[in-house]
Amino acid sequence: MSHKVTIPIGPYHSLQEEPEFYQLTVDGETVTDIDVRIGYVHRGIEKVAESKSFDKIIFLVERICGICSTSHPMASVLAMEDVSGVEVPDRAQYIRTIVCELERIHSHLLWIGLAGHFLGYNTVWMWAWKYREIVCDIFEAITGNRQNYGMMKIGGVRRDIEDEYLPGIMKGMDDVLRALDMFKGAVLDDPVLAARLKGVGILSKADALSYSALGPTSRASGVDKDVRRDDPYAAYDRVKWNVITQKDGDVFAKAVVRILESYESVSIVKQCLQKMQKGPIDSDPKELPEGEGIGHAEAPRGEVFHYVKSDGTNSPERYKVRAPTFMNFPTFKATVIGETISDATIILAAIDPCYCCTERMTVVNRKDKKTILTGEDMIKMSQDKTRRMYKRMTGKELA
Amino acid sequence: MSIKMKALLKSPWVFHLCSGSCNNCDIEILDCLTPRYDIERFGMLLVGSVRHADVLLCTGVVNKLGESRVKRVYQQAPKPCVVVAVGNCAASQHIYRGSYAVGKPLDEVIPVDVYIPGCPPKPEAIILGVVKLLEKLKKG
Repeated sequence: MSHKVTIPIGPYHSLQEEPEFYQLTVDGETVTDIDVRIGYVHRGIEKVAESKSFDKIIFLVERICGICSTSHPMASVLAMEDVSGVEVPDRAQYIRTIVCELERIHSHLLWIGLAGHFLGYNTVWMWAWKYREIVCDIFEAITGNRQNYGMMKIGGVRRDIEDEYLPGIMKGMDDVLRALDMFKGAVLDDPVLAARLKGVGILSKADALSYSALGPTSRASGVDKDVRRDDPYAAYDRVKWNVITQKDGDVFAKAVVRILESYESVSIVKQCLQKMQKGPIDSDPKELPEGEGIGHAEAPRGEVFHYVKSDGTNSPERYKVRAPTFMNFPTFKATVIGETISDATIILAAIDPCYCCTERMTVVNRKDKKTILTGEDMIKMSQDKTRRMYKRMTGKELA
Repeated sequence: MSIKMKALLKSPWVFHLCSGSCNNCDIEILDCLTPRYDIERFGMLLVGSVRHADVLLCTGVVNKLGESRVKRVYQQAPKPCVVVAVGNCAASQHIYRGSYAVGKPLDEVIPVDVYIPGCPPKPEAIILGVVKLLEKLKKG
């Protein structure tokens, strides 16, 4: 006899550091349906952006997400440069690439650590985050902050990378390479991990295409797409690197893609450091003309898309952000259903979900027309109804 | 000093409450647990349930949807419970002040004992903040 149970996960729980609400419908051990409700970290950034001047928006979008805190400003300045048509100096392009790739390494190491934690391999968590510190140290040296770097600027970058830091960064990259070798061996050769992750949460190529999955989630399913190669920005067209793809589409493939991608990132950073020539880092544009612009950049989780509409004033008329997790979320329908509850955790974590990136909308329109209301909202609605009825029946306002 | 407070000071158990942050402060809090900073040396332990917690580390600007939940999580914590606001958002709403999605600041929703400024504060700053809090509690 089948017995269906609904398991609520969230919104505040220990599984992930961000608040979100999953509803798993299970039949015995097997997940039969999944529903996701978000909105707990919605901050109204798009609307706030309309009240800020263009140079402040870069700082605002940096705070959309703490982990992709270069990808969002990168896409943002690309959109604004698309409006203004301003040229970016060569050295600035290389510095942008370096910062973006360092961010990718730190994000992927962070994911490897968290995935290890979810699987019960806390040693992997500790080691991955230990080696992540190398990247954070480099960030602190070249940008002044461990996260939220504040490097991007319309027409260039804010800070130059001084020559005295170059040997330190090179050495840091070598250290990261050694750590990656260790993780590659630890993940690819571990029979337990292979048994635990292979064939779990498979996202087929057809599903990846129909859900428009992005980033490592799609590349692990054999979809060969990467903004850095398909529409090169910064200095990605001037360095040699490969787009990593895997065929299987399971959690293991996603882990492999992320580890191998980190190798490519290390190689890109090294090439940029070698190719970088002395020169200006900023073209110092004065104003943004009227018009529309788009910018997209490959964040560690996939394509980040920014749209800006300028009416010639100091602040935009409309600002729109689409983050990669927004597209990767629906793939849960294809991957989680049919798996066991114990596997659901790692499958949900495998797309490296980032809720603070995704939450650009506060009302959820569903088929059954339900929206999420807080307790205070309901009380207010109830009081409003009494007030309306009182007015209709007595013709007077309720005191 | 009550026996409860004495036990709390010996080994404060920490619950991490993300009330609408951008992940940065959360990652820096987790960073405190990892090998470089390793606050578990001092008896601080990150716990999975608020019912085990002595210290609430709150990050992020509290939005309207999360407000009642944050209040409920605080009510579920056993008292005495001290609250630390980590980051500029929790302390002063930062750049989101005036946004339609953001309601009251954190310290009007639940009582806050310590503020740690920074966007995000470094792990050293978070540890310093918690140490200062413990010293304050020791003095009474």
